[in-house]
Amino acid sequence: MYAASIRSVPDRKMMKADTTMESVLKVQNLGMNFGGLRALDDVNLDVRKGEIIALIGPNGAGKTTFFNCITGIYPPTDGDVLIRSRGGNGLERINGLKPNKVTEKGLARTFQNIRLFLNMTVLENVMIGRHCRMHAGVLGAVLRGASTKKEEKNVVEESYAILEKIGLAQFVNEFAKNLPYGAQRRLEIARAMATEPFLLLLDEPAAGMNPHETQELDELIKRIREEEGISILLIEHDMKLVMSLSDRIFVVDYGKNIAQGTPEEVRNNPVVIKAYLGEEVDA
Amino acid sequence: MVSVWFMFLTFPIMVIRVNPVEHVVEWRWLNMVLVGIGSFFLSFVWNYSIRRKEIGAKKSETGEGTNAIPLSQRLLKKKEVYKPALVIFGIFALTYPFIFSLYQTNIMISALIYVMLGLGLNIVVGLAGLLDLGYVAFYAVGAYSYALLNYHYGLNFWMALPIGGVLGAMFGILLGFPVLRLRGDYLAIVTLGFGEIIRIILENWNEFSFGPSGIAHIPRPPLFGIELSVQGSTIFVYYIMIGLCLFTIFVVNRLQNSRIGRAWIALREDEIACQAMGIDKAKTKLTAFALGATWASMGGVVFAAKTTFVNPASFTIWESIIILCVVVLGGMGSIVGVIAGALVLILMPEYLRAFSEYRMLAFGVLLVVMMIFRPGGIIPNVRRVYTFGTGSQNDES
Repeated sequence: MYAASIRSVPDRKMMKADTTMESVLKVQNLGMNFGGLRALDDVNLDVRKGEIIALIGPNGAGKTTFFNCITGIYPPTDGDVLIRSRGGNGLERINGLKPNKVTEKGLARTFQNIRLFLNMTVLENVMIGRHCRMHAGVLGAVLRGASTKKEEKNVVEESYAILEKIGLAQFVNEFAKNLPYGAQRRLEIARAMATEPFLLLLDEPAAGMNPHETQELDELIKRIREEEGISILLIEHDMKLVMSLSDRIFVVDYGKNIAQGTPEEVRNNPVVIKAYLGEEVDA
Repeated sequence: MVSVWFMFLTFPIMVIRVNPVEHVVEWRWLNMVLVGIGSFFLSFVWNYSIRRKEIGAKKSETGEGTNAIPLSQRLLKKKEVYKPALVIFGIFALTYPFIFSLYQTNIMISALIYVMLGLGLNIVVGLAGLLDLGYVAFYAVGAYSYALLNYHYGLNFWMALPIGGVLGAMFGILLGFPVLRLRGDYLAIVTLGFGEIIRIILENWNEFSFGPSGIAHIPRPPLFGIELSVQGSTIFVYYIMIGLCLFTIFVVNRLQNSRIGRAWIALREDEIACQAMGIDKAKTKLTAFALGATWASMGGVVFAAKTTFVNPASFTIWESIIILCVVVLGGMGSIVGVIAGALVLILMPEYLRAFSEYRMLAFGVLLVVMMIFRPGGIIPNVRRVYTFGTGSQNDES
């Protein structure tokens, strides 16, 4: 059952060479106003298939607002959010869609301040992620016919498989609130993976983690990309992690793009050093 | 300290008695001593239990108590305990009307109606986390739909029951739409208003609902066309209620661990995360409201059939609060808890009639004490535990 959900394993080298790879997410001239405050102004970003992209910037630069605009929590004031259409080719505009529709289309996210369903078990948290890929309605649940039973059984098995992969299998029946912090962060990723996304948006996945946990996270994110072929867009403050993971980096400040490029380029970009790292820091 | 304070506080009531006829003041010092001793003991017990609770909390923090499932749940888990208990309870429930008097059976019927209402509200409040203070409105919808359908079209109980349920669901959706964006306190206020609107409409729209005088002579449920005596039909209603309760338990139990039930709980836990996981918030909320209202409405139909009379006075805000208390006291989200809560809350005031003046006091004290020492309710909910055999995992990969 589980094997079916694994997508083709992409060859990383080939992908790096081929820069004309199709985009899975293309954000053009995105703007967001909160009353008179312009939180995002003309932001552009694109993610190609199989890439790991980092979005960095000082606190309050608008990174999380950017995520919220893409995932439909806020409707963007102007600009376009285009994603690869599910199944077909080409891009599809998703501005103003409800968050659940966006998730159905294949974008899944985690949250900066962990938002797990604390009073549900770990497995149930992941099963919630499967919700939009299931169909049983009220009648189905009450009558519990053969198809509902089968669906329910599959969901339990698939969810467990995801937990095994993320390394949380030992906590299956634990309440989410009783999990150690690092495990909660990973559970958020597991829950997002359960929605079968082609692009995973991680909002500060390493926040509050110790170096050892960060190292594990680094490996986990790489593994998700290698094994599942899921593209990843992450916001992160931990520079070591960002430099180790990302293929390309976008830098925003005051809601505007200020730089983009490979880790080396961004690291040596004077604008970035000035705006983000501070002038006296020798990055 | 506490006892001295209490002695001082109750001094004017308990100790001084002015006799206005003879113009003398009686000093009842003995009472003061009694109050002092009594409050001393009470505060002692209070402090002791608070301390015990704190120790318990500390234990669970350090991880010692994480596996300590409450005794009630552990008992429910053990097959050898709950099977015979269920059988005994079942036999007791079935023979109840023949053992006890008609009066007792009537009380039990109202308790069972509350079990049903509680289980319905449990969907809305306990599972979906939507605080609904106007739940009684749907109860009224059910009762009046049977009363009016019977009055105008002569429909009998069995036809009115599903129609009432559907009408209730429709009203649930009607209330659900405007409150989709609200939650917490705001939702509570709106639902409170909705409950009052329904009651006031019923009270004032004379042409429709016959106003405060209500509708009388509602027939009791017929049994295959046989006319039953008052006693016979009461017993019959009792069995109908048992059946409906079992049906409710069955449905709620199935829903709880289904796709829909999980979505409700996720909605309660975190609305934004729930949407971000692909759950349609609007649809999920509306299903919760509609299903909750259906049970209330069906309870209302039975209520109308049982009392043979409905008027708006039966559907005040107080009823909503009682039903909410049933859910909270019993244990939010827990089916067994809600049943226990309904039985305790409805039967207790009835059997405390002997102390009629103090029964509301006892009721209040019970609620306060429960919420401090068992915030999860009498029997808190536990989530389903899934087991994974090592064997089955191998053939999957």
